[in-house]
Amino acid sequence: MRSLAQLSALRLTDDEAERLTSDIEHILQYFEQLNELDTDGVPATYYGMDLVNSSRADEVSDTQLSRESLVELSEGGNIAGQVMVPKVL
Amino acid sequence: MSMNTISHYKQTIQEHSAEYAVREALESGRKDTHNVFISLYEERALARARQVDEGTVSGRLAGVPFVAKDNFLTLGGATTAASHFLENFHAPLQATAVEKLEAEGAICIGKVNLDAFAHGGSTENSAYGVTKNAHDTARVAGGSSGGSAVAVALGTVPFALGTDTGGSIRQPASFNGVVGIKPTYGAVSRYGVVAMASGTDTIGVLASTVSDTELLLEVLSGQDERDMTTLPDYFIPQDKPTGKKIGLIKEFMADGIDEEVSAQILSAVEKLQSDGYEIEEVSMPMLKYALAIYYIVVPAEISSNLARYDGIRYGTQKGNDGSLQDVYEMSRQAGFEAENKRRIIIGSFVLSSGSFDAYYQKAQKARTLLIREFNDLFERYDALIGPVAPETAFKIGQNTEDPLKMYLEDVMTVPPSLAGLPAVSVPVGKTKDGLPVGLQIIGKRRDDAQILAVARDVEAQYGQ
Repeated sequence: MRSLAQLSALRLTDDEAERLTSDIEHILQYFEQLNELDTDGVPATYYGMDLVNSSRADEVSDTQLSRESLVELSEGGNIAGQVMVPKVL
Repeated sequence: MSMNTISHYKQTIQEHSAEYAVREALESGRKDTHNVFISLYEERALARARQVDEGTVSGRLAGVPFVAKDNFLTLGGATTAASHFLENFHAPLQATAVEKLEAEGAICIGKVNLDAFAHGGSTENSAYGVTKNAHDTARVAGGSSGGSAVAVALGTVPFALGTDTGGSIRQPASFNGVVGIKPTYGAVSRYGVVAMASGTDTIGVLASTVSDTELLLEVLSGQDERDMTTLPDYFIPQDKPTGKKIGLIKEFMADGIDEEVSAQILSAVEKLQSDGYEIEEVSMPMLKYALAIYYIVVPAEISSNLARYDGIRYGTQKGNDGSLQDVYEMSRQAGFEAENKRRIIIGSFVLSSGSFDAYYQKAQKARTLLIREFNDLFERYDALIGPVAPETAFKIGQNTEDPLKMYLEDVMTVPPSLAGLPAVSVPVGKTKDGLPVGLQIIGKRRDDAQILAVARDVEAQYGQ
């Protein structure tokens, strides 16, 4: 569980880790029933739809986003039109 | 409740004003007896209502109030996804679905509750408390679009936007006695909606009538250059079903289904037969595996999609007096609810190198077998029917201690999701305790108009 938590970038408490370990064991047991199925030679469906790539025309277009609205929404406020972002490190 | 239609609202707007209709809806939202709302967009809603009254905004939904599940990005207030992570997140843009409704003059009066990040089937996993069922406040609203379903069932608004990844529109619609459609995957743009599992996420609506649902799907559907998975426009409402040969899914009516739910479904079957439908029992042996497939595939996508919540780009940030890893781990620890963490961990497990073949690959192959079964049946049947859920709305707290038991509530809604099929829940009466039961109608891909035509015939049997 600790290694899964690390892969998931979650700093779980001991109680959470214990609870999740038991939940997940239970859930994985339920998944075992898939082993009853013979899937040899069956292709996997990673994506459910029969879509192919579609491209839009390569033209400049308006987005809903304006520089002003982003500056206005910035949590750290702004200085001379420059967005302030919170300190990270 | 039969008055809670778009045409009724349009009449009210004509007699009074859009501002009057919006004020009434906001007033009902402020009372909020069922913990439906996360936020009310009073200022923006009233400003838009005045624009309708002045004639500067018009359209097929001019002045009609609605609510959006709080995982749709909207202007006018916060978009929280019912999480602590996004509690102060103000979106710089609106979801395409919201934009399309606004382009027709509809007015978003606020944002409603869901399971955080749409992970759940009861609206109990919200950071903002539990939404109560419209018919019994001791019971769950269903979920994850619980707030959307209850807002419509209580008559606060005539329709609501919801999302459905594995049943999140259909199940709360069934639990609260409203119509709810999960369209074909790709019918409605997902742009600007907080992603859960991109391969099965769909956008849909909850409304009081099938006709309103059709109108709304007509407005919402269509290709969007900002969502490359949207399908070219195909949805055209139809007056009559193209065929009346229907399969009743045997496995859905077997052990484990509540007797009263089963009785209501069989009664609906009889009514449809008297209306000229030919209904046969059909078997889908793969259905017993659908839930396991879903809870492997979807958490895998969740764990990837939710990697974006790192405490840096937006949302809650913790641990910024430590290392970068501290910021990631502490922000995610504080921002996610227990169910979010559970799904992320499951996803990380099934995608990890030792488990990928045994779980993830296996599930995706099994998914192919499930899709083949659906395809075979749609060669012979014009639609498939069954219940939406094995029981009616359960008691609040009943399933919260056992996540697997909670997942089992989704057993009838996940199969169409895995195959990208359209499915609608339409009310078919109530149990002795007054709890609504929904009939699920499933169609082949792009057959949204067909299942809605069947749903209208069902609705006609019950009155509205």
